Amino acid sequence: MKFRLEKRDSRSTRMAVLVPVASLLVSFILGAIVLLISDANPFQAYAAMIKGAFGSQTKLQYTLVKSIPLLLCGLAVGIAFRLKFWNIGAEGQYVGGVIGITWVMQFWTFLPSALLLPVGMLVGILFGAIWGGIPGVLKAQWSVDETLTTLMMNYIIIGFAEYLYFDAWKAPRGNMGTVLYPKEAWLPRIWGRVHGGIFIALILVGILWFVLYKTRWGFELNMIGKNKRAAECQGVSIKKNIILAMLLSGAIAGLAGVIDAAAVTHQLTKGVDAGYGFTGIIIAWMSGLNPFISIIVSVIMAALETGSDALQMTMKLPNAMGAVLQGLILIPLLAGNIFIEYRLLVIKNRKEVTA
Amino acid sequence: MSELTTDETPVVRMVNITKHFPGVLANDQVNLTLHRGEILALLGENGAGKSTLMNMLVGLYQADSGEIYVKGKLAEINSPQDSMALGIGMIHQEFMLVGNMSVAENIVLGMKDLPFVPPMAEIHEKITELSKRYGLQVYPDKIIQDLSVGEQQRVEILKLLYRGADILILDEPTAVLTPGEARDLNEILKKMLTEGKSAIFITHKMDEVMEFSHTVQVLRRGKSVSVCPTKSIKRVQDLANMMVGRDILFSLERGPYNPGDIKVEVKDLLVLPVGGGKPILDNISFSIRGGEILGIAGVAGNGQQQLTEAITGLLKVNGGTIFLNGKDMTNKTPLQVIKAGVSHIPADRGSMGVVGDMSVGDNLSMKKYRTAELSSHNIIKRGLVRKFADHLIELFTIKTPNQDTSVKFLSGGNIQKTILAREIDACGGILIAVYPSRGLDVGATEAVRQNLIKQRDKGCAVLLVSEELEELLMVADKIAVMFEGRIMDIVDAKDAKTEELGMLMAGVERRDI
Repeated sequence: MKFRLEKRDSRSTRMAVLVPVASLLVSFILGAIVLLISDANPFQAYAAMIKGAFGSQTKLQYTLVKSIPLLLCGLAVGIAFRLKFWNIGAEGQYVGGVIGITWVMQFWTFLPSALLLPVGMLVGILFGAIWGGIPGVLKAQWSVDETLTTLMMNYIIIGFAEYLYFDAWKAPRGNMGTVLYPKEAWLPRIWGRVHGGIFIALILVGILWFVLYKTRWGFELNMIGKNKRAAECQGVSIKKNIILAMLLSGAIAGLAGVIDAAAVTHQLTKGVDAGYGFTGIIIAWMSGLNPFISIIVSVIMAALETGSDALQMTMKLPNAMGAVLQGLILIPLLAGNIFIEYRLLVIKNRKEVTA
Repeated sequence: MSELTTDETPVVRMVNITKHFPGVLANDQVNLTLHRGEILALLGENGAGKSTLMNMLVGLYQADSGEIYVKGKLAEINSPQDSMALGIGMIHQEFMLVGNMSVAENIVLGMKDLPFVPPMAEIHEKITELSKRYGLQVYPDKIIQDLSVGEQQRVEILKLLYRGADILILDEPTAVLTPGEARDLNEILKKMLTEGKSAIFITHKMDEVMEFSHTVQVLRRGKSVSVCPTKSIKRVQDLANMMVGRDILFSLERGPYNPGDIKVEVKDLLVLPVGGGKPILDNISFSIRGGEILGIAGVAGNGQQQLTEAITGLLKVNGGTIFLNGKDMTNKTPLQVIKAGVSHIPADRGSMGVVGDMSVGDNLSMKKYRTAELSSHNIIKRGLVRKFADHLIELFTIKTPNQDTSVKFLSGGNIQKTILAREIDACGGILIAVYPSRGLDVGATEAVRQNLIKQRDKGCAVLLVSEELEELLMVADKIAVMFEGRIMDIVDAKDAKTEELGMLMAGVERRDI
């Protein structure tokens, strides 16, 4: 018996739905194997994770709070990915946002306190945009490979942030971290720990969906991502759009950092590079670059993180389990996508006969 | 063609082959026989099932029923590797080459018995030897993406010869070749026959059938409608009728030649290669008036494509001027050129003409989406796009299940019709068409040519780049011949002679003819 793939005559919509669901299941089965190897009962472990993520109001709130920066990072990465611009620098752009808002909060004391938050957010967004825009310009002008530049720019800005919170901007007391932002400039909470950032994120989902699917610019991004040369022939400027898309991508990643800093950490400190930017890559892929689906995916990803914290506490398993599962989710999905355009044929062996 | 003796066992015998695709019966009980030393022409329109039949012979598809015998033995062909092991190799219409690797690397790529560190010197030697033996000029060191389409095809042929194929399947091999190159191919095939090789070639050009083949088999809508010795065919027209099942119009309707104002004026155009060297475009000057079709003849790779890219703003020029509709458009962006009224049917349908993963409707609106006709305040009006697309699909008889189907699932002819529809609809007086009928069947070719002439009759200036002299003589008013980046001469199409054009295409100066 042999297997082979044959191209379908059109995209299978059934498979387009089935593949993500099936790959989620496959990844949990794979995760179960890892759990078994770690001498844990997978059913108990998964139950503990679900309980840890959604088991009480507080836990649900923690999960939602985590899902806000994840969603924003997923959206940010997704915009660049539409152009097949592999922005793996959302992490750095996120940190750029935090640095921007912290600068305003700490040093722009001439501002009335009511303006601190909006101005701080704008500056943070701007920092993110610049940090994303630089690789965009490099790519557009000199075709510098963006995977390298975006990745390296992460380390530059993370290092710079360390210098700031360990040294230049360090609060007088304590050994790291900046002074907490003035309380009146914090982003207000709306339900327990869940803060107003959730509205900003959800509104942005709607706006992005509209921009990407309804406007001329969204149409142009789609053309470039799917066939750059044809887009060029139709008069679409590749350079301009790469730069614009990366400015926007960086701005949204910066916004993620700004919101988390203004609502959760209230300072620039260790742990600012929490990996949201990297997880955003998985979210962008899993959602098929669709802003609305990103909402669901980012909640799942957040639940895996908060759930694995619970795993550590209740079952004494390392909380790296969450990261393992996050990674495991992506692999079957990427592998499974082939079935949307191809079908698997099983060929039975026939005996060779002489004619 | 040499005489054929058919006393041996056939090298290929396909028996009662049937293949279904969803909604389509691609092959219906087809039989095919190929003898040693024979060239079989497989004739049929696009969608007649020729490629499907051949894809089953090389293991890309599996037949639903039927049997294949190779050299007398029932064969189980599940993959191209299986067919290669039996000595069967195919050259597809879309070449299977890796663009950024060398000729030699491409030729040996994927060979199972290749050592971990390939002996490149030895491989080069063998390639050079093979290329001499069959008159296939290639340089093993050259990178594929620097080669013309014609040269790439030679690499494809060498790839098969290198692997020792003795049954060659060529899918429309001359679609991308000039008359001269096509004759070379004929020579190559003849040499192969004397060495006991056989070939099947898929085509829809009658003259090729007459010139190349011993036997011709005609497919129509998945069925084999006729198999006969080529010699027994009295009139080409009979073949054509068999293929399409109706009489074809061989002449096109056209209005009188009535040129208007100059719409395209190119002066002393100079394009130099990156890093220096011989100019790609060397002092090109010509003009096209409204209501006039200027045909550009020439062997592929002599600068025709760069010329059209320079005009459409895709390629920067180093010197000279381009005036379009009276405005200086030298080194302007593609968008500015489009806004100056230029429409462009690019050379490579799949990679330049359409976005395969987007719908027919989206592809049709890719020029007008930015105009008030389809959008307002930067927002695309979906309802208008749907109406617009349906209108064009009907007007240009594009065969598609609906406008939401991804373009890549359409046939070549319908992809080209999609491009034609979009470009002609948005045309503002200048139409540039590069190899517009390449690889299309008779019906689609006729539609393309008729549409170009219609634009001319409406007063457009049309630039038509083609490799087929027959097409240029039929469609163009004037013909410019390009050779090595220069225009050798511009002649009136009605006085032009094929032999003379052929000489110019080969680089012979006018005074020497």
